[in-house]
Amino acid sequence: MRAKRTALNTVKYLILIILSIVSVFPFFFMIVGMTNNSVAITGGSLHFGSLLADNFKHLFASELDFVGSLKNSAIIAVVTTAVALCLSSLAGYGFEIYKTRRSENIFNFLLLSMMVPFAALMIPLYRMFSKLSGTPFQIFGVNSFYAVIIPTMTTAFLIFFFRQNAKSFPKELVESARLDGLSEFQIFTHIYMPVSKNAYSAAAIITFMTSWNNYLWPLVVLQSPEKRTVPLVLSAMGASYTPDYGMMMCGIVLSTIPTALLFFFMQKNFVQGMLGSVKG
Amino acid sequence: MKAKKSRLQKSGWPFFTPSVIIISITVFIPMIQALITSFQSGPPTNMQFTGLANYQAMLHDATFKSAATNTFLYLIVQVPIMIFLALIISTLLNDHRLRFRGLFRTAIFLPCITSLVSYSLLMKTIFAPTGIVNKLLLDVHLIGARIQWLTDPFWAKVLIIFSITWRWTGYNMIFFLSGLQNISDEIYEAAEIDGSSKVHTFFHITIPMLKPIILFTTITSTIGTLQLFDEVNNITKGGPGNATTTLSQYIYNLSYKYTPNFGYAAAVSFVIVVAIVILTVIQMRLGRDDK
Repeated sequence: MRAKRTALNTVKYLILIILSIVSVFPFFFMIVGMTNNSVAITGGSLHFGSLLADNFKHLFASELDFVGSLKNSAIIAVVTTAVALCLSSLAGYGFEIYKTRRSENIFNFLLLSMMVPFAALMIPLYRMFSKLSGTPFQIFGVNSFYAVIIPTMTTAFLIFFFRQNAKSFPKELVESARLDGLSEFQIFTHIYMPVSKNAYSAAAIITFMTSWNNYLWPLVVLQSPEKRTVPLVLSAMGASYTPDYGMMMCGIVLSTIPTALLFFFMQKNFVQGMLGSVKG
Repeated sequence: MKAKKSRLQKSGWPFFTPSVIIISITVFIPMIQALITSFQSGPPTNMQFTGLANYQAMLHDATFKSAATNTFLYLIVQVPIMIFLALIISTLLNDHRLRFRGLFRTAIFLPCITSLVSYSLLMKTIFAPTGIVNKLLLDVHLIGARIQWLTDPFWAKVLIIFSITWRWTGYNMIFFLSGLQNISDEIYEAAEIDGSSKVHTFFHITIPMLKPIILFTTITSTIGTLQLFDEVNNITKGGPGNATTTLSQYIYNLSYKYTPNFGYAAAVSFVIVVAIVILTVIQMRLGRDDK
């Protein structure tokens, strides 16, 4: 019995160690890659080279304007996250606290939008935004950051997420706040928002990452090179005839740092926030 | 209570109306437009109604057929592997006696922090013909000759499936881990006392208790895989030939790469819509079955 248990334990650790190595190895490889040239990287070198500074120099001097794309991505991701958190938490809270038969129907209908593939929306959305050119709303049209942000400003998934979270929000709090004379909106901002920090953190991580990673829609809607976001610039680097792999690895690492930091500082809130939403 | 509630019913509208309007404009209206477009043909500036012509054309379109076959292949191979792997990992990690738990969890979760384009390029580099994976496999004599991961129709598909699994297993694991924390240890202890084997416990306690979460992750993964674009476009560009291309990539190519054919592209996109609806309904039925 004892021998069997030890054997089982060994297998367990072995599985976890192998999976951990497979998960982490590409990260190690990309960090080594930052210090090497293209030949060494595509030749599978695992030795640190001495080209780190050169690779970064190339990246910052690249005609693809990586630095500009970092700025563009940051603006888009921060604005999207801020707006999406406001709109979807309001909606999720509203659907849960003021439940009526009609609002339930609307909510269920909204959920259907999660099943709509983006590929089906891409063409009509593109045509919708291009129709704006020549109108007073031109600034919102194709090739603007607004056009990237608007379709991701609020999503059924986030509304669902906040609604699940609001389910565990004690209704007595709402009642007593009403007796204290708070308006419905004040109850939301003064009572619900402060106690839902974990949900907001989790939603912020998801939204920021989705926006930071967004590739297909910006690829369609942003046309001028100076508007390109990080995924578009990296993709262009990879697709060039002779990619500079050392430079590309530096770009990949820089593109990963914001989401990595977000995760490690908010990991606990993220798991708790997720827990609160999946449970319901 | 009921009377009180109806007095306050109206106050919900200011909260959710903005979202309802935005989602209607950015999802529901475009969806209807796409449906109308799918019955039209011609250049984008002068489209004419041609009935079901686009849908009939799909039946004789070899590229469409390989895109559809590949997409469903990724779905039926990748999603089950990933969900099962995530379940096993989270079960292993849910053991309090396990050492280095946090370390393992962080390591396996790490791939989720990469952006889709970034990790695709990374995979493309690692699996280059002379790259590190081939080198390591040759060194341990697992293979006799280099595998052409990017240009062999079979191995390119394997690479795409491996890449998606690498990126998303840890993400699904997080959901299962949080679900497992809700199952009380007493149930497991009782099972152990009753002499239930680990495997038996996994299939008869863990999986049934996690059913709602398994359902959630399976549906979201299915919807995600049916829309696969970023990875294929950046790792293999859909090649060799059309060996790894997906429906989403074909729609993109039809709309923006080749001479724009919005009508046909819209018709292809409805294949994804129909597939998602059918699969979601089936999965929800299966999920509810024995409740």
